[in-house]
Amino acid sequence: MFDLTLAGAAKALKAKEISAVELTSAYNEAVAALNPRLNAYITTTPELALEQAKAADARLADGSATPLTGIPIAMKDLFCTEGVRTTAGSAILEPFVPPYESTVSGKLKAAGAVMLGKANLDEFAMGSSNITSFYGAVENPWKRQGSEAKLVPGGSSGGSAAAVAARIAIAATGTDTGGSIRQPAAFTGLAGIKPTYGRCSRFGVVAFASSLDQPGPMARNVEDNALLLNAMAGFDAKDSTSADRAVPDFTASLTRGVKGLKIGIPKEYRLEGTNPEILALWDKGIEWLQAQGAEIVEISLPHTKYGLAVYYIVAPAEASSNLARYDGVRYGKRVDGADLIDLYERSRAEGFGAEVKRRIMIGTYVLSHGYYDAYYLKAQKVRNLILKDFTDAFGQVDAILTPTAPSAAFGLGEKMDDPVTMYLNDVFTVPASLAGVPAMSVPAGLSADGLPLGLQVIGKHFDEETVFAVSAAIENAAGFSALPEVRAK
Amino acid sequence: MSLDAATVRRIAKLARIRVNDEEVSTLQNELNAILGYVEQLGEVNVDGVEPLSGGAQMALRQREDQVTDGDMAEKILANAPDRIGNFFAVPKVVE
Amino acid sequence: MAYTLEGSTGAWEVVVGLEVHAQVISQSKLFSGASATYGGAPNAHVSFIDAGFPGMLPVINKECVAQAVRTGLGLKAQINLFSRFDRKNYFYADLPQGYQISQFAHPIVGTGTVEIELQDGTIKHIGITRLHLEQDAGKSMHDQHPSKSVVDLNRAGVGLMEIVSEPDIRSPEEAGAYLRKIRQIVRYLGTCDGNMEEGSMRADVNVSVRKPGEAFRTRCEIKNVNSVRFVMHAVEAEALRQIEVWESGGEVVQETRLYDPAKGETRSMRSKEDAHDYRYFPEPDLLPLVLEQGWVDGLKAALPELPDEKRARFCAEYGIPFYDAGVLVADQATADFYETVAKGRDGKLAANWISGDFFAAMNRTGKSIENPPVSAADLGALLDLITDKTINGRIAKDVFEEMVETGKAPGAIVEEKGLRQVTDTGAIDAAVTKVLDENQDKVAEYKSGKDKLFGFFVGQVMKAMQGKGNPALVNEAVKKQLG
Repeated sequence: MFDLTLAGAAKALKAKEISAVELTSAYNEAVAALNPRLNAYITTTPELALEQAKAADARLADGSATPLTGIPIAMKDLFCTEGVRTTAGSAILEPFVPPYESTVSGKLKAAGAVMLGKANLDEFAMGSSNITSFYGAVENPWKRQGSEAKLVPGGSSGGSAAAVAARIAIAATGTDTGGSIRQPAAFTGLAGIKPTYGRCSRFGVVAFASSLDQPGPMARNVEDNALLLNAMAGFDAKDSTSADRAVPDFTASLTRGVKGLKIGIPKEYRLEGTNPEILALWDKGIEWLQAQGAEIVEISLPHTKYGLAVYYIVAPAEASSNLARYDGVRYGKRVDGADLIDLYERSRAEGFGAEVKRRIMIGTYVLSHGYYDAYYLKAQKVRNLILKDFTDAFGQVDAILTPTAPSAAFGLGEKMDDPVTMYLNDVFTVPASLAGVPAMSVPAGLSADGLPLGLQVIGKHFDEETVFAVSAAIENAAGFSALPEVRAK
Repeated sequence: MSLDAATVRRIAKLARIRVNDEEVSTLQNELNAILGYVEQLGEVNVDGVEPLSGGAQMALRQREDQVTDGDMAEKILANAPDRIGNFFAVPKVVE
Repeated sequence: MAYTLEGSTGAWEVVVGLEVHAQVISQSKLFSGASATYGGAPNAHVSFIDAGFPGMLPVINKECVAQAVRTGLGLKAQINLFSRFDRKNYFYADLPQGYQISQFAHPIVGTGTVEIELQDGTIKHIGITRLHLEQDAGKSMHDQHPSKSVVDLNRAGVGLMEIVSEPDIRSPEEAGAYLRKIRQIVRYLGTCDGNMEEGSMRADVNVSVRKPGEAFRTRCEIKNVNSVRFVMHAVEAEALRQIEVWESGGEVVQETRLYDPAKGETRSMRSKEDAHDYRYFPEPDLLPLVLEQGWVDGLKAALPELPDEKRARFCAEYGIPFYDAGVLVADQATADFYETVAKGRDGKLAANWISGDFFAAMNRTGKSIENPPVSAADLGALLDLITDKTINGRIAKDVFEEMVETGKAPGAIVEEKGLRQVTDTGAIDAAVTKVLDENQDKVAEYKSGKDKLFGFFVGQVMKAMQGKGNPALVNEAVKKQLG
């Protein structure tokens, strides 16, 4: 039962081979058994899940069910959920219970999905390894061959990734600011898509960097992602950056194939001393697509190498402002002080972890008087050049293929020497975030020591359909079937 | 550009985050490492390039002027660490 | 003559620029659907957006944009079809998001100009630098609890227009006239109620002094002054303080100050000493605000007539003096009242009656132009009775007082009390004869050259006729009988 995909479970539910209550009960038990070890959930909601499962069974009986009705999922703890504590992985929101629901979680609820709990994440989604969560690190269910060393699940949607990989959720929501869906998906053998900026509403999602944040699904395969995105996407009048566009049925594009499609291979991504294993997988991906009739075109994205530098100015700048509201006055953690300023400084010093403070500090600095032009304005201009790179490339090709991450999952405690080393994890994912284009990570193979590796498919603005088509083609060719060591059975 | 300890303190003050001496020196090193990394943007020629500030390329949508929200003081105050009646409460501010 | 202040080193010129914060009249807030109505129970007019809850996003109110454009048009200013919102970052208890959404680099309205009139009739133009839209903050109250301040967010997020003037103002009088003019314009436009007591309009006053002919010296900003009178006092008090600083060999420091009306002086704001660095940057939750010229044109076509144009039209159309017209256009309601009375009648007569007896009665009875002591229709009817000679001007004043007291129509009062003017020359002649007979001695004096007595005879005749005699006919008859 735990190896069912979302599509498979939906079929079984519809055929009454299993009830939503049975499915949810099984997952509730699996969560109770494995979560203490993996720490994939910050808050579990078994009673709520059962209640929702009962309602789902009613809908399955009366014919009003959707493909998500009765599907147990993990909700990244960045989505505000009415009546269910929402922490964003931070101490400062430890006591916070939202009196409102985010648009995306609300849509999933309305579709009948069952929420097993709130998934762990890097604090305020700032991180690439899920080690910055106030609620503790998440363990990757995958192990290196012959090693019991704990590995990171990637981040920031590390809890979502670990939960789905370990089969303690059928699928999950994530959010992606610079790679936070794609990199953990790659590290845990999952597929995950960052949709076009504006495709999914940000309303009710705790903000990290407003011009980059984008919710998206994470699941075992490409099809499940399409089913989830069908429900998550759509115009929302409450988000001024939400796109007023029709949402196609993404599952329809899965079988389109890649015949005649032009796939761009950015030559700049070959450099930077990338792991040969990764490069080999990339070459394999190229062969698979070519074999299925795609035309491979070498392209140039000359400014994407500055993506990380731009990202580490723009994202912290926005974050420094977005996180100003956590001041201990209206909600969340307060540490009393002699006066208001003292209260602010203590609440924020104790409420935020080291990485969040670091980014707030950098962001505050690059926006401060005398430095704005040199850092923030310059970064915005280079961001425009990066967008132009993509626009130019998409004049020639239909999609772009790159690796998702420069390495497989690394060990807990590795790459912690300095923040910049950690930031380099996002080198392949950040450019698409800056340009706002959709990008998906697909599991494509294993490293020599048995860890999953992902390839990234980048598409044009609002052309998730081509991204799904190409991703499905890679998935078919790769036949990825490896399973993590730690999982519900 | 390299940050000195005084600047780190000034930025922490602006960001309303209390930092002790040890944190100042750690932050100073880390922030300088990040700033050192982003220095590479200096080599990009951006003459005549417009800054790109947002993720979406469209004009702002405007909503109708109707009262559709509010009248829920209890919900607004439900998470308040301190309140007096239906007001939020903070230590006394002297102007 | 230019306004100067005399110091020990000679004359000083005062340089003033005003930033007027005018709350936009709208149903809901600038970026949320909560009510923008003044007052309400604490935190009742608050949405999760206004309270800065996690994940909340702003969506702009179309009417607030329209109001800003209307105001810009009223200030004869350039409307920017492209504008953008920025975040102004700072921490304060009544600023829930930790930033104010404002417009820094690209305001919705650019340069314009406002005409002010001074006491001596001089007209002066004050330049408008810009107008931008921003959010109001909430309200902190410090006197509700011994050790705590309390915060009400009802006002947080209400739309504000910040109207920035050029440093063209040169005296307290000009500052007052400018502020009154801005208030008059926004009230005419219906874009702000101009109510300074409730804080829906307030001003930050930038003041510096200089020797005539010099370049600008350092200025100080006096925050949140909430009446025209206080603005005028604050300008003078601050200018005198700065003169003293300069003349004692000191240096004026650029800073934010507060005006204390009780002491009539300004003082440094200690809480703002911590130098501000607002870290403005483009608001990433909003996109650029792009307006269509056609939409702006539509708003322009629908604008009401503004005070300056109305004043000019009143002069031309009703033949009244420029000064009188100024009084009548002071606010829309008075101007409308006047036009109702004057339409199709003698405009001068209407103006005299309104600025004279009518205003006096309004003040005396504590009524207002919206709830007048006498309706415009009744006042018009009274003027008709004068014009068609049913009653004379003297009697009209009595009728008017009766109207104020009883609310009755003038025609009814005239009939009831038999106040119709007597135009029957026979009756008038008889009355004249009687008066002259009874005052033989005075007639003799008149004839021996005491011309002034003519008025006495007319008065006596009018008195004898209970004031109802037609004044012209009475005059004529007296003249004839006196030979």
